[in-house]
Amino acid sequence: MADKHLKHRSKYTLDRQIPGAFEGETITRRRFMTGTAHTAGAIAATAFTLPALGFAIGPIFKSTPHHWEAVGATGMFSDTNYVPVVLTVSPNIGEAGKTTVYVRKFNPEIDTDPYDKGTPYIAISSRCAHLGCPVRWVDAAERFICPCHGGVYDLLGRRVGGPPVRPLDRFYTRVSGENVEVGPRFSVNSELRRFSPRDPGEPVDGIGQYLYPSRPGAQKL
Amino acid sequence: MPRLPKLPAPPLPPPLREPPPRPGQANGKGGPIEEAMEAGITVVDWIDERTSLSGAGRWLLFRKVPKGTNWFYTLGSATMFAFLSQAVTGVFLAMYYRPDASGGAYESIRYVTNEVFLGQFVRGMHKWGSSVMVILVFLHMGRTFFFGAYKYPRELNWVIGVVLLILTMVMSFTGYLLPFDQRAYWATVVGVNINGTGPLLGPYLSDFLRGGSEFGATTLSRFYAIHMLLLPGAIAALIGAHLYLVAKLGTTAPPWQKPVPRSEELHEAEV
Repeated sequence: MADKHLKHRSKYTLDRQIPGAFEGETITRRRFMTGTAHTAGAIAATAFTLPALGFAIGPIFKSTPHHWEAVGATGMFSDTNYVPVVLTVSPNIGEAGKTTVYVRKFNPEIDTDPYDKGTPYIAISSRCAHLGCPVRWVDAAERFICPCHGGVYDLLGRRVGGPPVRPLDRFYTRVSGENVEVGPRFSVNSELRRFSPRDPGEPVDGIGQYLYPSRPGAQKL
Repeated sequence: MPRLPKLPAPPLPPPLREPPPRPGQANGKGGPIEEAMEAGITVVDWIDERTSLSGAGRWLLFRKVPKGTNWFYTLGSATMFAFLSQAVTGVFLAMYYRPDASGGAYESIRYVTNEVFLGQFVRGMHKWGSSVMVILVFLHMGRTFFFGAYKYPRELNWVIGVVLLILTMVMSFTGYLLPFDQRAYWATVVGVNINGTGPLLGPYLSDFLRGGSEFGATTLSRFYAIHMLLLPGAIAALIGAHLYLVAKLGTTAPPWQKPVPRSEELHEAEV
């Protein structure tokens, strides 16, 4: 036991005078047994914890395929005012999975931003960019107004008042035969530049686009 | 000669009196109540001989408390009973509830409220009880803060208490969605988006809560599982740790309690 306090002890248990030590042994059998039992326990615990965790956080990485939905005939929409249409964004949960989208024909006099070029129809989401309440288009004011916390947006969906951090989201549109189809959602910054869809409350201007990154599941169109 | 009334016999001197029956020595003379008591004592003894639980019970319950202990010290127990009430009413509500986002959830809550005997009462207890619990948690926290009861060696109990506070808020948040009416739906949409405004991790947190990028059928079942499986167990375990530390470390005297000088303390002990 005198060598217990020496700085460099022998790696052989026999040299350390541990009772029952074998020649050439570098670890006591008691210690080896303890380590084996702990390792087996850790492997068993990991074997059920990791799949369960992956199961719970898997949806973050799931990418949903693009979905196009016909919302009406081309004649339904004017280029000066919005027509509300109902879109299913989350299937199988009835009314709770539907959202209102405001659709208007492309108007070269209003939609002068370069990003909108070639878009046949402008489809603006009714989901407020503050915290996700449903905005409505008020004809008399020519504004989108949110009932929850007073967000106000103009004809193009740009914020003109209240707490929202970016303009209203938009949807891709296309014409298929006689029908107008609405596709995946995208977010825009205050210059109407396009970004992959973000959740409400997440700014995409300046540093915001890096602080609130695009999700792994978001796919480019 | 008129008969004189019979006088009572004079009391016997103590050595001659018959001793009163001792417990356990009734010899068949005890009534049914005594027999029941005997049976109860036998059962408790049988368990205690095999578990030594009575020692733990004495350790937990028969503690010395400082002078000046008052009604404010009951806020912690009040919070625990609020939690127990939530647990019991929640279990019974779960017997009727269906976490079905396509209308079944709302319908099951409507059924509990309007059709089930005492359903509205039990649901009301759970609904109002949640507010009561949150209020009691904050009052208990305020008592601990203003009495300085968070100081050494009780810092860890403060930390556990803060975790319990957060878990209570998460319980309130996840429970709010379950009726699945308009208020529940929009409050959850807004609440999830508030979680999403945290930089960098916020967007992933909202995706985790919703179970996807959009509010869907899995969101409700996710909230339901968190509300009734994940968190109650965590809260119960942490309450156990909280109580263990209270019993181990003891409670503090209120700050206005003057320490008794050593000489007076000795004097009191002599008297």
